[in-house]
Amino acid sequence: MLTNYAGLGIILIWGMVFPTLLLLLAKLFYPKNPTPVKLQTYECGLETQGETWVQFKISYFMYALIFVAFDVETIFLYPWAVKFQSLGLFGIVEMFIFIAILLIGFWYAWKEGALEWM
Amino acid sequence: MEKSFFNTIADALRNWLMNGLGFSDTAAQLTATAIWTLVVILFILMNLIVLVWLERKFSAFFQQRRGPNRLGPAGFLQFPVDIVKVLGKEDIIPANADKTVFKIASTCLFITTILAWAVIPLGDGVILADLNIGLFYFLAIGSTATVSLMMGGFSSNNKYSLIGGMRTVAQMISYEIPMIFSLLGVVMMVGSLRLSDVVAAQQNMWFIVPQAIAFLVYFVATVAETNRGPFDLAEGEQELVAGYFTEYSGIRYAIWMIAEYGNLVAVSTIASIMFLGGWNAPFGLTFIPGFVWLLLKIYFMIFLFMWVKWTYPRIRIDHLMHFGWKFLIPVSLANILVTGIGIYVYRLIIG
Repeated sequence: MLTNYAGLGIILIWGMVFPTLLLLLAKLFYPKNPTPVKLQTYECGLETQGETWVQFKISYFMYALIFVAFDVETIFLYPWAVKFQSLGLFGIVEMFIFIAILLIGFWYAWKEGALEWM
Repeated sequence: MEKSFFNTIADALRNWLMNGLGFSDTAAQLTATAIWTLVVILFILMNLIVLVWLERKFSAFFQQRRGPNRLGPAGFLQFPVDIVKVLGKEDIIPANADKTVFKIASTCLFITTILAWAVIPLGDGVILADLNIGLFYFLAIGSTATVSLMMGGFSSNNKYSLIGGMRTVAQMISYEIPMIFSLLGVVMMVGSLRLSDVVAAQQNMWFIVPQAIAFLVYFVATVAETNRGPFDLAEGEQELVAGYFTEYSGIRYAIWMIAEYGNLVAVSTIASIMFLGGWNAPFGLTFIPGFVWLLLKIYFMIFLFMWVKWTYPRIRIDHLMHFGWKFLIPVSLANILVTGIGIYVYRLIIG
């Protein structure tokens, strides 16, 4: 088992090495003559105006908040799903209560308009 | 049959490392993993060559054009020539960009792709790391792809990239929940997260039959997860140029593409394994090896992805979010409840 996880480390290292090798390979071929105009930020034929890193729309943040709640739920649901068949009726009822509580929260977010894209 | 073929090579390799070179057991296994990882990377690259050609041919077919047809038979050699072109393109890093993040973003996406491939079996026992939490690991690693896309979008210091990156994150986190929920039904029926157990449980019936709704939810959710049309708002050409990789050029752009197509093949493989029976042969046609069946199923899924992409127009972002949150999540949750009750009733009847 531990060897399996050590294998993941090897794969991680490959994941870093392989793109680096590709970059080094390409470095042998591509021309290198950067000019100030070439390094400008891309815009459709104009010069870019103002700051890019500004405050962003709130609705992205609302979605992220609900996502966190649901994502944590999935972490609880997966072990339950694995053991589901041996837990019997107790497991079913227990998890349905858990899902019901979450659904109430989901319904509240829906009602308050957190799921609306404005 | 193919099991013995692949496993013979794997055993021979391990024997050679242990006896020929005097490696210890663990070292031999790790070295073998390193070699097999390279094989998987090459598999992804081979798929990339075929997929780019197929994508262009299919899009041409659906739009009544001819597609690439100059180089090689039916334009098949177009992509190798494109690789040479990409290698010769200058690697431009914008002066205003956050240079460190900009440089490592595409590599990060490639790392998540190759790590997700670690638990995906391509045949019985043909797997890099046979974890007992395989599916959970795949979903966990798959969700970290969002971070690298955001890195690419944010570091470019370009408005198109930033909006593209933000949209990608919003879209991917929204569709990740229905995707995870849709796979839960299958896990409940199997009772294991190891992907080879899932395939073994499908010998008599593919899970697409009892879990048809879950399959449809998974399909729609993965189209959005891989940022493909009609959900490719993150890189909508008309409004955002190319989304989060607007500023990328040359080989860094190619690494984005390798990772994206690697993800596409990965989610198609998971769909084939979870719903379409993996390497089980349908109708008792066992004389064709399981690896071939799995490849056929993967390419069937990829064909569906391409078909959808080139048939439907891009949808609006508010429709996209509403569809994900207000339709797919309730449907996939209901699927879990129905599956739970269904299994319970079935076991009551069976006894």
